[in-house]
Amino acid sequence: MSAIQPPASRVWWRQPLDRMEIVWIVLALIWCLVMFFMMPYWHVFGKQNLANEAYQTTPEAYLRKAQEVVDKYTVRKETEQQIPVVRPPAGSDVYLVARLWQWWPILELEAGKSYRVHLMSTDWLHGFSLQPENINIEVHPGYDHVITVTPTRPGTFSIICNEYCGINHHTMTSKLYVK
Amino acid sequence: MALNRMFRVCPTTGLKFHEPAEALMKANAVAAVVSLLVGGVLALLVLLTRWPAVHLLPADWFYLVLTGHGLDMLVFWIIFFEIAVLYFCSSTLLNCRLATPKMAWLGFWLMVLGALMNNFAVFKGDSSVMFTAYAPMGAHPAFYLGLIVFAVGALIGCFVFLGTLVVGRAEGTYNGSIPLVTFGALTACIIAVFTIAAGAIILIPTFLWSVGLVDHIDSLMYRTVFWAFGHSSQQVNVSAHVAIWYAVAAIVFGAKPLSEKVSRTAFFLYILFLQLASAHHLLVDPGLTSNWKIFNTSYAMYLAVLASMIHGFTVPGAIEVAQREKGYTKGLFEWLRKAPWGNPVFSGMFMSLLGFGFLGGISGVVLGTEQLNLIMHNTFYVPGHFHATVVVGTTLAFMAITYFLIPVLFRRELMFPRLAQWQPYLFGIGMSLFALFMMGAGTLGVPRRHWDMTMAGNLLPHEWPGTAYLMVGLMAISGLVAVVGGAAYLLITVGSVFFGRKIGTPGYARVRVAEGRATAAPAQPVAAAITGHGSAGAVAPGTFVLAMVLLVSFVLYYYVNWKYLAQVWPLK
Repeated sequence: MSAIQPPASRVWWRQPLDRMEIVWIVLALIWCLVMFFMMPYWHVFGKQNLANEAYQTTPEAYLRKAQEVVDKYTVRKETEQQIPVVRPPAGSDVYLVARLWQWWPILELEAGKSYRVHLMSTDWLHGFSLQPENINIEVHPGYDHVITVTPTRPGTFSIICNEYCGINHHTMTSKLYVK
Repeated sequence: MALNRMFRVCPTTGLKFHEPAEALMKANAVAAVVSLLVGGVLALLVLLTRWPAVHLLPADWFYLVLTGHGLDMLVFWIIFFEIAVLYFCSSTLLNCRLATPKMAWLGFWLMVLGALMNNFAVFKGDSSVMFTAYAPMGAHPAFYLGLIVFAVGALIGCFVFLGTLVVGRAEGTYNGSIPLVTFGALTACIIAVFTIAAGAIILIPTFLWSVGLVDHIDSLMYRTVFWAFGHSSQQVNVSAHVAIWYAVAAIVFGAKPLSEKVSRTAFFLYILFLQLASAHHLLVDPGLTSNWKIFNTSYAMYLAVLASMIHGFTVPGAIEVAQREKGYTKGLFEWLRKAPWGNPVFSGMFMSLLGFGFLGGISGVVLGTEQLNLIMHNTFYVPGHFHATVVVGTTLAFMAITYFLIPVLFRRELMFPRLAQWQPYLFGIGMSLFALFMMGAGTLGVPRRHWDMTMAGNLLPHEWPGTAYLMVGLMAISGLVAVVGGAAYLLITVGSVFFGRKIGTPGYARVRVAEGRATAAPAQPVAAAITGHGSAGAVAPGTFVLAMVLLVSFVLYYYVNWKYLAQVWPLK
């Protein structure tokens, strides 16, 4: 009986499996388990993981912290909008604000040093996309997401918003400098 | 109230159609094709804007059109068609009357109304919020209300399907268990009920928020619950198109499942695990732990992926066995070489199977791996993946079964039969390449849902490498081929249904309950019943080789991506 008709025998569940079918199921299951354990494995032995460190906060509180860092460590201003370029000391907390339609401030980091970069939006959802490294992280309003990042090579990198955030979404781009 | 018990028998297939079920299937299929037409025109506009060489629309129109494209395709085209599939798999395959046709019509009209309301909100211009409509970005209340009304209609359709299963059982219109294809449709229906419940949980508060009755929607809560709706609805599609693969194997080859037990267990795994997939979208979001992400994104140790890998083996395996029984036994692949490649029902279904497995399935697992998501999230890789699953997989399978339904359900001869032979290839190959190049661009970081990759006029623009432009250009050209294939489908279906030559059919006749009872299956000795393929052993060697090719590609591609990830800046 074909698949569009009821099974021919009422005891269809007692039909033994074809040898190749069972071999395939076992192979596929093994592969599924390998893929599953690959994720915890990478948490232990891999270097690229998100830390699960996040805090609920308000836009005002977050902006205040970002402003403190900007006041302390601004080295110059760039573009006609006078966006501050911040060079924080290694290991410190750095705050990046995502808002319609701007990243603020611009960060200048040192290669080989680690920084606690905070990401949060003060309005809608945004997407942090660092190019050409291709690191992509969702940025929520109200959730201060902390990522300890270690740039490996000097250069000028771009930050692009890759979560649709309205009519000027495509203009929401910025830079990140690594010395 | 007298029950409508009018049935007709299809002279070519022997399938029995219940009069109201037939009308409902036709209405749902027509509504689906109309949605596909609108969504297809919008697809072309999206494509021509994302192609930097053309860059057709201004930004506001682009985001509007992209929103409409997502909704008309992913929601309205697919779900209207699925309701038709549900009615076919219950009423027609079980030879029984459709339960409560009036309720089914109510469901249909609610779906039409919801689709119109939602499209109205989108085209009005103040609801360019994409398919996902992430709060706190807000749309017009009609946007959410349209989706809610549509979902209520679809839910009614699901319950009519379930009611029909009860009727078939009560009136004894079939013997033993429901057919495997109906079982697959039942899987789709159960997941759909879960999906719609999740949709209600998120869309109703968001609607109330849009009219000012709720003052805050948390963005993380929205994304978590929305994807319990948005991703699960894709699992409805997977179950539905896998059921169609089995149906096509049965219709074209008379293939029977290698093992009812294995195929049904695989469907059951979908029900158990697919609803965890909300996590696929939240892997780089704050506020959720890695334990939660790993367990959910892997569907609890990839058991739903296992189910798809099983279907990917058993469907071609069943075809191989049927073909070998017909005498195509030479070598490993004579059964496949001598398959009816000129029959669009088969060619469409087989390309759907290959595209879903090799492109959509593998990329989906890679994308849904917790850490690998970091190098892909919200890039072009994401739409690349789901065009391979939902378009090459689901839409192409639906197109394939349409070529069967036009003569059987609509009783019309196919118009443009030569074009119909080519259509699955144009659409399937065009769309597969489109998805592939899109994923290529995504690997280079090009974002999805973005009006202008050249970033002309931006304060601090990003310069993409030349290869990214090459990928997007190739994607656009492949996409145009797929659009031509889609237009051919619309031309053939609309032409055939309205202008095709009518096929003479015996009219409806009243069938009383007693007459509709299935004759009892001939008693089989238990020993004969349980000697299926199992005792023969190794019945589908060609399929096994194909499956191993899939597995090897899968393993290689999976680890290539880990290698890419290892080169990225360390993150903790």
